[in-house]
Amino acid sequence: MTSSMSYPLSPSNRDKLVIGLLRLCATFAGAIVLFIVVFLAIESLPTLRHIGLFRFFTDASWYPSQGLYNLTPMLWGTLFAMVGSVLIATPLGILSAVFCHYYASPAVARPYRWLIELLAGIPSVVYGFWGLVVLVPLIGAIHPPGPSLLAGIVILTIMILPTIALMADANLANVPQQYLRGAAALGLPRWATIRRVVFPAAKSGLFTGVILETGRAIGETMAILMVCGNVVQTPHSLFDPMRTLTANIALEMAYALGDHRAALFVSGLVLMAMIAALVGAADWISRGRIYG
Amino acid sequence: MKPSTSTPDTQPWVPLEKQPACCAPSPLIEVKQLSLHYGQKPAFHDVTLSINKGCITALVGPSGCGKTSFLTSLNRLTDIIPGCRVAGRIRIDGIDVLAPQTDVIRLRRRVGMIFQKPNPFPLSILKNLEFPLREHGLKDHNQIAAKIETVLRDVGLWDEVKDRLSSPALALSGGQQQRLCMARALILSPEVLLLDEPCSALDPISSGVVEDLIVSLRGRYTILIVTHNLAQARRIADDAALFWVQNGAGQLIETGTVRQIFEAPRDPLTAAYVSGMRG
Amino acid sequence: MVNALERYHGGREWLASTLVWSAAALVIATFCWILGDILWHGLSHLSWTFLTAPPRNAGREGGIGPILVSTAVILGVCLGVSLPIGVGTAVLLAEFTTDESLFGRLTRRSLDVLSGVPSIVFGLFGNAFFCKTLGLGFSILSGGLTLACMVLPILIRSTEEGFRSVPSEYRLSAASLGLSRTTTLVHLLLPAAVPGLLVGLVLGVGRAIAETAALIFTSGYVDRMPESLLDSGRALSIHIFDLSMNVPGGDANAYASALVLVVLLLAINGMASWLAEHWLHRRIVTA
Repeated sequence: MTSSMSYPLSPSNRDKLVIGLLRLCATFAGAIVLFIVVFLAIESLPTLRHIGLFRFFTDASWYPSQGLYNLTPMLWGTLFAMVGSVLIATPLGILSAVFCHYYASPAVARPYRWLIELLAGIPSVVYGFWGLVVLVPLIGAIHPPGPSLLAGIVILTIMILPTIALMADANLANVPQQYLRGAAALGLPRWATIRRVVFPAAKSGLFTGVILETGRAIGETMAILMVCGNVVQTPHSLFDPMRTLTANIALEMAYALGDHRAALFVSGLVLMAMIAALVGAADWISRGRIYG
Repeated sequence: MKPSTSTPDTQPWVPLEKQPACCAPSPLIEVKQLSLHYGQKPAFHDVTLSINKGCITALVGPSGCGKTSFLTSLNRLTDIIPGCRVAGRIRIDGIDVLAPQTDVIRLRRRVGMIFQKPNPFPLSILKNLEFPLREHGLKDHNQIAAKIETVLRDVGLWDEVKDRLSSPALALSGGQQQRLCMARALILSPEVLLLDEPCSALDPISSGVVEDLIVSLRGRYTILIVTHNLAQARRIADDAALFWVQNGAGQLIETGTVRQIFEAPRDPLTAAYVSGMRG
Repeated sequence: MVNALERYHGGREWLASTLVWSAAALVIATFCWILGDILWHGLSHLSWTFLTAPPRNAGREGGIGPILVSTAVILGVCLGVSLPIGVGTAVLLAEFTTDESLFGRLTRRSLDVLSGVPSIVFGLFGNAFFCKTLGLGFSILSGGLTLACMVLPILIRSTEEGFRSVPSEYRLSAASLGLSRTTTLVHLLLPAAVPGLLVGLVLGVGRAIAETAALIFTSGYVDRMPESLLDSGRALSIHIFDLSMNVPGGDANAYASALVLVVLLLAINGMASWLAEHWLHRRIVTA
């Protein structure tokens, strides 16, 4: 036996202390989301109570100084921007990934992938800035004014494209080699293989990735704020300026008081609800899949 | 029997004591009606046997009959395997191993374990050996150095590594790594050594060296060795126990001295297994 | 018959090929346009003076010195808070909770949700909690704490991965030697998990620097050199925002600031990629 064991704290007690500390850390971390929801609720409850949720969708317009709190124009703005950008970014992103894996030579694919990673790291404010000084005047020259739904869609597309491409890239890499060899052995040409073998195999992973990016598109604030014009109206054409839910909060928070401020918190809750629904859908879809 | 790597050295070196094979049975470990479950699945059921002090006992039988699980219950490694439940009684030198109030850390110092795949820590050779010593309270630098040299000589590694004690342990060959793991277990001066197929991941030459080492430890340590290799069991063990899967769980079929098991087995299953007709 | 099939395939293939290459070309062109534009306009205004001098005339002239300092301090607060909590949580989840434990599942689920919360909502929360309830006002502290909440899920996920990649044999052999869990953790597992931790750290820093929406209502707009943690301070991303939206004629400096931000982020993300590729494969450590 080795000589006397002397610990300041016996190993089992030390372990207990350490585990207790770690539990504390984890409790903090886990509680943050709760805090967020609770504080949002606290700030919005008084208004919800005496204005009522219904009016947030049925008032004449969003005009806080006159006590009107209709969120619908902003909801439409968010929806249109999101749908437009996802519709464009998804095929482009997936095709980019297909390009990297199946069409480009390694010498081309590596720098291409590197470029996409680079772009995934550019902050939204820089994209928004570029949109403001380059894109908006360009659109304005075609069809005034410049700031518009179209600008928002383009910028949003550019922002979510890299991440979709990277996620698709990872998903395509996971397709088992046997599938590809089997297709080659059957004499299937490249696109047919991609369409009939690779896509079905990577389907749920791709889908999950797209849904997550849709959530990001909904939550994007700065870039949209900078290029969309921030007029409270339901956009009726691509060239109409509009405002999203997120931009709404960012613009008015600085000077909002009382009910107005609380109304902004309500819209924050609505945002959380939308994203929660999306994440729940992504979860539900990717559950119980044998592959992907 | 000296390990084959000994060479004359400046410092006088005392070879390992070898006590005569201890066949006056004095049980050190007593297991009564031990059962182990992983979740709902039983690994083995109702095992009762005694292990004699200072002897080498081989646990034989085909894979999947709970031999390794049995080993892990002896030093309560089952505590950290998720979903594992153990029932029954184990006494090692009078200590009730499974009792909740037993000091597990003290237990694991007295019962050492070597795993199938050599797994030295990703540290230097020196640190691998120093680490457990320091953890168990030994602070004196000279004593530590002395112990390290002793144990490395015991496992036959001293001459091979004495010039590079600070190099990474993972840079050693498989056989050397396994011997280092044995040194690491031995440096705590345990009474019992649990060996889980220690040679199966090694090439034949390293395997032979490790086997010689195990034999040289007879008498000083009580050794349990799980092995698939019947010839190895026959070569080195004093006692043997045969495990088999019956009714969906591992069962202990027969125990006895190696001579009994291999030449005069009582159970027909044993006879079939040792003669190579089954398993 | 065979010829008809081949032609059909041939036509399809050609179309697909064109589509794919066009997509790639479009992507490359767009991004080269953006990056080129920023580089072109920003490079001319970049200089050492720019990086160190304080802004003058609402930022139209002068530099971004105090802003870089504010950004660094906000980052420091963010990491100083999120690192201990994040590593602690990751260690607990990876080493001390089983897959069935309720606590573990709840914590993981809540962190998953947290990582999906949009940054403006963090801004709202930060404003309501740190600025108002805790009374910190518009300050670097509020901003840093808000960012810490944002960065936590990234840090935890990556560190947990680092721990999971340590082979279980180490834990088993450490236990069989009678080593306490704390010792195993500190001397064996943590060093082995450091690469994962670093990757998470770097990714978190990247996300924090790029953040704007969460900071507008928490750390404020003041562009002076901050004197204390409770002072308001302007981060680089906010500076770009302000110059482009609120300051007519501020575009020139906005371009330069944007260039600085992009270069910083490139360096950070590049480091994360490099770390992930090289360090996570190194197992042998000389001690």
